[in-house]
Amino acid sequence: MTISVRLRHRFPGFSLDAAFAVPSRGITALFGPSGAGKSSILGAAAGLWRPDACRITIDEDVFADTDAGVWLPPERRRAGIVFQDARLFPHLSVAGNLRYGLRRAPPNGALAPIRFDDVVGLLGIGPLLSRRPHTLSGGERQRVAIGRALLSQPRLLLMDEPLAGLDTALKAEILPYLAALGAAAGRPVLYVTHALDEVMRLADQLVLVEAGRVLAAGALSAVAERADLPLARRDDAAALLEGRVAEHDRPRELTRIAAGGAGFWVPLVDAAEGTALRLRIPAREVILAGRAPEAISVHNIVAGTVRQIVRDPARRTVIVTVALTAGDPGEGALLARVTPDAVARLGLVAGAPVLALVKSTAIEVLR
Amino acid sequence: MIRLTLLVAARAVLCGLPLAVLTAWALARLHFPGRALLNTLVHLPLVLPPVVTGWLLLLLFGLHGPLGALLHQWFNVRLVFTSEGASLACAVMTFPLMVRAVRQALEAIDPGLEAAARGLGAGRLDRFVTITLPLAAPGILAGGVMGFVMCLGEFGAVITFVANIPGETQTLPLAIYAALQAPGGEARAASLSLVSLTLALIGLFLADWPARRLNRMLGR
Repeated sequence: MTISVRLRHRFPGFSLDAAFAVPSRGITALFGPSGAGKSSILGAAAGLWRPDACRITIDEDVFADTDAGVWLPPERRRAGIVFQDARLFPHLSVAGNLRYGLRRAPPNGALAPIRFDDVVGLLGIGPLLSRRPHTLSGGERQRVAIGRALLSQPRLLLMDEPLAGLDTALKAEILPYLAALGAAAGRPVLYVTHALDEVMRLADQLVLVEAGRVLAAGALSAVAERADLPLARRDDAAALLEGRVAEHDRPRELTRIAAGGAGFWVPLVDAAEGTALRLRIPAREVILAGRAPEAISVHNIVAGTVRQIVRDPARRTVIVTVALTAGDPGEGALLARVTPDAVARLGLVAGAPVLALVKSTAIEVLR
Repeated sequence: MIRLTLLVAARAVLCGLPLAVLTAWALARLHFPGRALLNTLVHLPLVLPPVVTGWLLLLLFGLHGPLGALLHQWFNVRLVFTSEGASLACAVMTFPLMVRAVRQALEAIDPGLEAAARGLGAGRLDRFVTITLPLAAPGILAGGVMGFVMCLGEFGAVITFVANIPGETQTLPLAIYAALQAPGGEARAASLSLVSLTLALIGLFLADWPARRLNRMLGR
């Protein structure tokens, strides 16, 4: 089951030629710099503007196919849209806004209905129901907008930088709701953002957009670990590993998390054994070694194989992808930013065995 | 005669305002051939001398005019020299200002809200009724009340089209005019003018107050 988008359009001074296909589940982030065309792609998926040529499908539903002359208007796509500026109806109360889409929702068919009380509980907006939109804070408004979109019983959710207008504290307030949302609603989400931390926390799949083109699309960790993408050249480049809590060592105040075919010790995590977690391991925090050093504070020394070595000439550094389990691509990999000299001294080439040293305190535990 | 004036004005607004809303909506939201022509036509009474507008109405709606003859033959409706005709003249004269007021209100609505309603499954008519109309309500109301107050004072087009018949087409301003024409009518003219002033002031107050309330409800 797939969300498939292919579109071409010529704007004055900018051309959009984007194509990607991702599984129609979880949260798919459209990530890229401002002006890359992410919002245009989302708008076309919503039906709010019409590209010169496009084919947009979700599972068996065809939203648009210009070759076949198909163009569903937005009101018939059942795409729950959440805009950056919440766009609540000022003449309706919060409850009136929430019910606007609910009242117009067609029968659900195979999908389980999304119930009013559930959404209100999930988003914590019960106390706001009788309020008017202009009396709400930015974060509250955005939560109501998300609830309104969910209650329209959408086929999928389209979110256009829903957190971009909010300050850090408000973002932190809404992020957990968003993370809970994909799972709770069981609807796929296309999520446009230019904030990498939102991608790292929320996304299951990543579509990398730049200058109107799609550079890469796929599972978040698989895209993040590619050394040849601009993502890996960022200062905050990091590998992502999906894992589970394996064991707690309470006397030593450590937790071991099994992820990507290896085990990582991190400072004690407050989560039961077996809990699914996501690890974010920054590229510049990873040390590569030929032999295991002794008497060192680093807890995590994991064996791997060099998969990719890409130079970043602008910074005179090299980005190395280290696959954690040899011969099993996609299982898990780390990114390491090192110097060309280090690569030469260690004799790193694709396929060479290598040890990756990761400080337990450098690992960020997400979710 | 005051009752007649209020009746003429109320009828003019009740018939004219819905049409003004539709026209304003079409001008603000639709792109169709002849849009500029419609815009010009709507604004014509604003720039024509009222006596010319009245005369044109006479040509169109007179018993031998193309529209007047049809109305008379099919519906047995006569507009010349009747209070209904006075309402028509008032409606035509105030139409451009009502359209302008409504159009301004429509153009002030964030188009993003209508896009949001589309995404939530609302079709064109649904959006118009549930989003556009309520949001434009203060402007529509203000346009209606302003139109009403202006109808109370319409003179040139009315007297040209339906003449000055006491009890039938003699509205307040026409009565004031008649009083001034009669020898020793100043006192009557003065008292009628006072009535006219009072009505206008009440109208202006009524226009302002509910619009302000509505705007507060919308958080403006």
